[in-house]
Amino acid sequence: MAEERVKEVRGPRGGAPIGVKASVDHPGRLLKRILSEILHDYWIHCIFVLIGIAVGALTTVVSSMFLRILIDGYITPLLKQETADYGPLFRALCTLAGIYAVGIFSVWGYFRIMATVTQGSLRNLRNRIFHHMESLPIRYFDTHPHGDIMSIYTNDVDTLRQMISQSIPQLVNSMITIVSVFVSMCVLSIPLTAFTMFMVFIMLLNARNLAGLSGRHFIAQQQNLGRVNGYIEEMINGQKVVKVFTHESKVRDDFRVLNEKLRESADTANKYANMMMPANAQLGNLSYALCAMIGAVMAVNGIGGVTVGTLVSFLALSKSFNMPINQISMQANSVVMALAGAKRIFDLLDEEPEVDDGYVTLVNAKIDADQKITEVKERTGIWAWKHPHHDGTLTYELVRGNIQFDHVDFSYDGKKIVLHDVTLFGRPGEKIAFVGSTGAGKTTITNLINRFYDIADGKIRYDGININKIKKADLRRSLGIVLQDTHLFTGTVMDNIRYGRLDATDGECIAAAKLANADGFITRLPHGYDTVLKGDGANLSQGQRQLIAIARAAVADPPVLILDEATSSIDTRTETLVQKGMDGLMKGRTTFVIAHRLSTIRNSDCIIVLEQGQIIERGNHEELLEKEGRYYQLYTGNAAKNEPKPA
Amino acid sequence: MLTILKTLGAQLKQYKKDALVSPVLSVLEGICETLIPFFMASVIDKGIEPGNMGQIIKYGLIIVFIAGCALTCGVVAGRFSARASSGFACNLRDAMFSNIQTYSFSNIDKYSTAGLVTRLTTDVTNLQNAFQMLIRMCARAPVSMICAFFLALTISRRMSMIFLVAIIFLFCVLALIMSGTLPVFNRVFDQYDALNASVQENVSAIRVVKSFVREPYEDDKYSSESNRLYGLFVKAEERLSFNSPAMFMAVYGCNLALSWMGAHMIVSGDLTTGELTSLFSYVMNILMGLMMLSMVFVMMTMSSASARRISEVINEHSDLVWAKEPVKVVPDGSIDFEHVNFHYLYGKGAPVLKDINLHIKAGETIGIIGGTGSSKSSLVQLIPRLYDVSSGTLKVGGLDVREYDMPALRNQVSMVLQKNVLFSGTIYDNLRWGDLQATDEECRHACELACADEFISRFPDGYNTYIEQGGSNVSGGQKQRLCIARALLKKPKILILDDSTSAVDTATDAKIRRAFREEIPGTTKLIIAQRIASVQDADRIVVLDEGQINGIGTHEELLASNQIYQEVYYGQMEAGGDFDRQGGDA
Repeated sequence: MAEERVKEVRGPRGGAPIGVKASVDHPGRLLKRILSEILHDYWIHCIFVLIGIAVGALTTVVSSMFLRILIDGYITPLLKQETADYGPLFRALCTLAGIYAVGIFSVWGYFRIMATVTQGSLRNLRNRIFHHMESLPIRYFDTHPHGDIMSIYTNDVDTLRQMISQSIPQLVNSMITIVSVFVSMCVLSIPLTAFTMFMVFIMLLNARNLAGLSGRHFIAQQQNLGRVNGYIEEMINGQKVVKVFTHESKVRDDFRVLNEKLRESADTANKYANMMMPANAQLGNLSYALCAMIGAVMAVNGIGGVTVGTLVSFLALSKSFNMPINQISMQANSVVMALAGAKRIFDLLDEEPEVDDGYVTLVNAKIDADQKITEVKERTGIWAWKHPHHDGTLTYELVRGNIQFDHVDFSYDGKKIVLHDVTLFGRPGEKIAFVGSTGAGKTTITNLINRFYDIADGKIRYDGININKIKKADLRRSLGIVLQDTHLFTGTVMDNIRYGRLDATDGECIAAAKLANADGFITRLPHGYDTVLKGDGANLSQGQRQLIAIARAAVADPPVLILDEATSSIDTRTETLVQKGMDGLMKGRTTFVIAHRLSTIRNSDCIIVLEQGQIIERGNHEELLEKEGRYYQLYTGNAAKNEPKPA
Repeated sequence: MLTILKTLGAQLKQYKKDALVSPVLSVLEGICETLIPFFMASVIDKGIEPGNMGQIIKYGLIIVFIAGCALTCGVVAGRFSARASSGFACNLRDAMFSNIQTYSFSNIDKYSTAGLVTRLTTDVTNLQNAFQMLIRMCARAPVSMICAFFLALTISRRMSMIFLVAIIFLFCVLALIMSGTLPVFNRVFDQYDALNASVQENVSAIRVVKSFVREPYEDDKYSSESNRLYGLFVKAEERLSFNSPAMFMAVYGCNLALSWMGAHMIVSGDLTTGELTSLFSYVMNILMGLMMLSMVFVMMTMSSASARRISEVINEHSDLVWAKEPVKVVPDGSIDFEHVNFHYLYGKGAPVLKDINLHIKAGETIGIIGGTGSSKSSLVQLIPRLYDVSSGTLKVGGLDVREYDMPALRNQVSMVLQKNVLFSGTIYDNLRWGDLQATDEECRHACELACADEFISRFPDGYNTYIEQGGSNVSGGQKQRLCIARALLKKPKILILDDSTSAVDTATDAKIRRAFREEIPGTTKLIIAQRIASVQDADRIVVLDEGQINGIGTHEELLASNQIYQEVYYGQMEAGGDFDRQGGDA
C-alpha cells in the first residue's frame, strides 16, 4: 500500500490526465462501494431521480415519434378531407402537451433532487474523510505527502462530483433513450435499424481508436506538464537566489525548452481529442443521409412496409440515437477518472485509525481532608488518573508528572533503530534537557511520551501507569507541547491562544499571553487580540508565532510540558524576557526541553546527551562539565570565540 | 477587462493565424450542419413523395458531400484550435516566466511564491481550456443559429416567428438564471477555498491538533463549514436546475406550435411535409446554439479570474529603473550609505531603515549585529540593488548603485541569503551557479574555503552527488556551506553573508572566517550574525536597533561603550552561546 502510494507521488503531478484510460483494478467493486457508501443516505432520492430521468427520456422519445403520428395519422387524413376537421389534431396536441408538461416537470424535479443528492452525499463524504483523517496516526502524515492528501479533498472529490451529478444521470438517461429508441426503431423498420446499428458500431470503433490515440499523447502531455510545473515551482521558490546570481536568462532558456516540449505534446494530444466530436457528428449525419436513401428506396418500392411517415420518424429517431452514443463515449472517460479518484478516497478511509486501547482516564479531582481523592466535574487545578480494575473497582491516582522510560527501543520503519535502550526519569517538577546533534533522537523521545508513535520494546510509565493503558486523548491532554514548527490556525489571536483550552476566559488567555511575554506585541497589532491570523499566521514573524504558541501551551495548564526548540527563532534579547515567563510556566511541572541555547539548558535538573539514539551522558551542568565527556567537549568547543584575535 | 483581453490577446503571437482559422472553419462546419436538414426536406419532397429515385440519389449524395465537408472543416478546425490553444498557453507561461525574471525583490514580495506558481500552472491550464472552447464554439453557435433561422425564414416566414419567440423566451430565462446563479457560485468558490484552506491547515498542523486533543473540535468546525458549502451549492444548483426544463419547454413549445400551424399550412398548400420535417430539425439547431452560447458564457466567467491573475503578472513592471547609460565596471568594493531611508513598497509601509550613514572601505570586514526585526537583512539587500533606497544614496565603488548595469553590479556583489536555496542537480551544477565556466578545480577550491570539501568528499558520489529539490538531502549546515562556496565562486568584490553560518558549528565558522581573511583579503566582507563569536574579529561591527545604527566600532570599543552589544555579549557568554548545532552536520 505504502509503496504503491510512493510510485504515484513520483509520477506526474496535476491529477489524472484528461482523456486517459486510467486503469482501475475492480471497477465493478468500486462502483458498488460508491453506490452503497456514498449514495446510501439518499437512496430514496435516487429512486425519484431515476423515475425523473426515465420519464424525461421517454418524453423525448415520444416527441420524436410524434412526427410520424402527426404526418401519417393527422395531416395525410386531413389532406383527404373535403372540409378539414382539426378537432382530432387539437385533441392529440393537447394530450401531447400534457405529456410534455409531465416530462418538463420530471426533468426539473430530477435536476432539483439531484442537487441535494450530489451535494449532500459529497458533504457527508467530505465530513467522513476529514473525520477519518483526524483519527489517523501521525505515521500516516509522515508517509503521505501533504499535497497528495490535499488532492483527495480537491481533485478526487471533484471528479466524484462530476460523476455523481453528471456522468451517472447522463449514462442512465442515455441508456434509457437508447433502449427505447432502439425498440421504437425496431417497431418502425428492422432493416433500417440494422443499418443504423452498423453505423453506430463504426462510431464506437472510431471513438475508441481516437480516445486511445489521444490518451497516449495526453499521458505525455501530463508528464511534460509535471516537469514544467516542477521547474516553475523550484525556480519561483528560488527566485531571489536566481536574481542574486543574475541567472535570469539561463533559467529562462531552460524553461523555454521544457515549455516548448509541453506545447508540442499538448498540441498533439488535443489534435486527436478534437477530432472525436466532428468525426462522430458527421458519421451520424452520414448515417442519417444513407438511411434516408435506403429508406426512400424502400418507401418508393414499398419494401418492408416503410411509409413516408415511418421514414421521417425513423430519421428523427436515428438522430436522437446518435446523441446518447456520443454522450456515452464522452462520459466513459470521466467515469474511469472518477473511479480512480474514488479508489484514492477509499484508500484513505480504509487506513487504520490510531489504536487506542487505553482505559485509564484523566479527571478533575479534589483532595478531602483525610487525603482521599474524589472525582469532581468542575475544574479544580488538580488532576487524577481514574483507573478501573478488572474486579470493577475504581482507584484514583493523583497526576504528578512522573515520567519514566524503561529500556525503550524505537524505530520508525521497523528497520533502522532510532532509539536504543533509553532509560530515563523525569520526576515531578524537574526540568530535563535533551542535547545532541540533529537526528540523535531528541524529538523522537518527546513524540513517544504523547504516543504519536508506539515503542517497539520497553516501557514508558506516567505516574507509574504504562502509557499504553492511558486513553490517548487524556494522555495528550495532560501534556503541553510547544513545537519548533509553530502552526497557527485561521482565526483571531485570541482563538489561537484559546486553542490550548477551549473553555478559557479572555482574561485567562491574556494572562497566558503575558506569561509568554506575547502581550506586548499582540496589543500593538492593528486589532489587538481580535486580529485575524491567516495562512498559518503569515503576517507575524517566526518569533511572534512562537510566543503565541507558548501562550497557547500556557493556557492549557498541563502537569507536563514538552518544549521542542520552542524559542529557537526568538532572538537572544527577547528570549531573556521570554525566559522569565517560561520559568514561571515550568514551575511545578515536569518539563522536557530540547534547545540549542545553553541559557535554556544550563539550569536543568538533568541534562541528557544523546548520540545516535543512545544516551551517552546524563547529569546536571556541573556534573557533566566535571566528567569532561561529550558535553564538556560541546561546551568548551563553543569557546572557539576565545581564539586569539589576529593582529 | 479590456486591458486584460488586450494583454492576453497580445500573447497569441505566432498562433494568431490558427486562432482565426479555427473559428472560421468551425463556422463553415456549423453552416454545413444546418444545410443538411434543408436538403433532407428536398429528399422527402422531391424524392420520396413523388417517388423519384433520381432525386433521392441526387439529394442523398449532396448530403453525403456536405457531411464530408463538415467533417473536414470540423477536424481541421479542431487541429488548428489545438495548436492555437496549446501555443497560447505556451506563450502565456513564457511571458509570465520571462517577466518574473525581470521582477525586483519587492515585486516578488508582492505576489507570494505560491501565488506565482498557481498563476503559472493552474490558471494557465484553465485559460487554455476556456480558450480552446471559445474559438471552437463562440463563432459557430451564433452563426449556426442565424443560419438555421434564415433557412426557416426561406421555408416559411410565419413559422419562423415561432422560433423568434422561442429564442427570446429562452434567452431571457437563461439570462435570468445566470444572473441569479453566478453570484452564488462566486460565494461557493470562496467557501470552497476556505474549506480547503482549513484542510490544509489541519494536515500541516496535525501534530498540534493531536497534541491538544482537538480532533472533535476541528471535526465540528469542518462539518459546519462543509454544511455551509452544501447550503450554497444546493442554492446555486437549485437555480441552475431550471436550465434544462426551460430548454425543453422551448423545444416542446415549438414542436406543438409547428404541428398545429404546420398542419393548417400543409392543408392549405403553403407548406410541404418535407419542409415541416426540416423545421423540426431547426428547432434543435437554434436552441442548441443558444445553450452552447450560455455554456461559453459560463466558462468565460469562470476563467475570467484566471485571466485577470495572469495579466497582472504579465503587466507587472519591475520597480527598479534601469540606468540610461549603465556603467559596466565596478571599480572597487567600497560601500557608502548616505542618509539612507528605506521602507518596503508592499507591506505596512513603516520605515525599515532610518537615516543610515555608513562608509565601508574596500577590503574591510564588517560585522552586523542586532535583534530580530532590527533590519539587518534589509540593510545589506540594498547593496546589490535587490531593493532601491527610498531616499538618500547608496554608493558602491564610489558610484550610485542605480547607475550600474544591474547584472554587472550583482556579479560583483555576492550575497548568501538567509533563506537560501539549492537547486536540483549535482553539487557541481549548483556550484557553477556562481560561475558557469568554473573548472572542477576552482569548484573544489571554493568548497575548501567554505569548509564544504570535508563533507562532500565523504559522500559516495563526491561532487557529483545529486542534490534534491530545495536541497532536502543535505543538512542545514551543509547547505549553508555549499551556498557560501557558490557565492565565493563568483569572485566578487563584495561578499555578504546574511546569517549564513547559523547552522554551522563554531569551530567551522571560525575556520571559514580565517579562510576569508587569508584567501580573499581584498574582498569587502559583510557578515550578519546572531553569535557575537562570528563577528567579534571583524574590523568594525555595526549594531543595528530598530532600523537605526546604534553603534559602530571594534569589539573592544563596543564592549566598552555600547549597551546593546554588552547585553548580547554577556548574555551569550554567560549562557555559553549556543552549541546544540555543533554536531548538527554529523
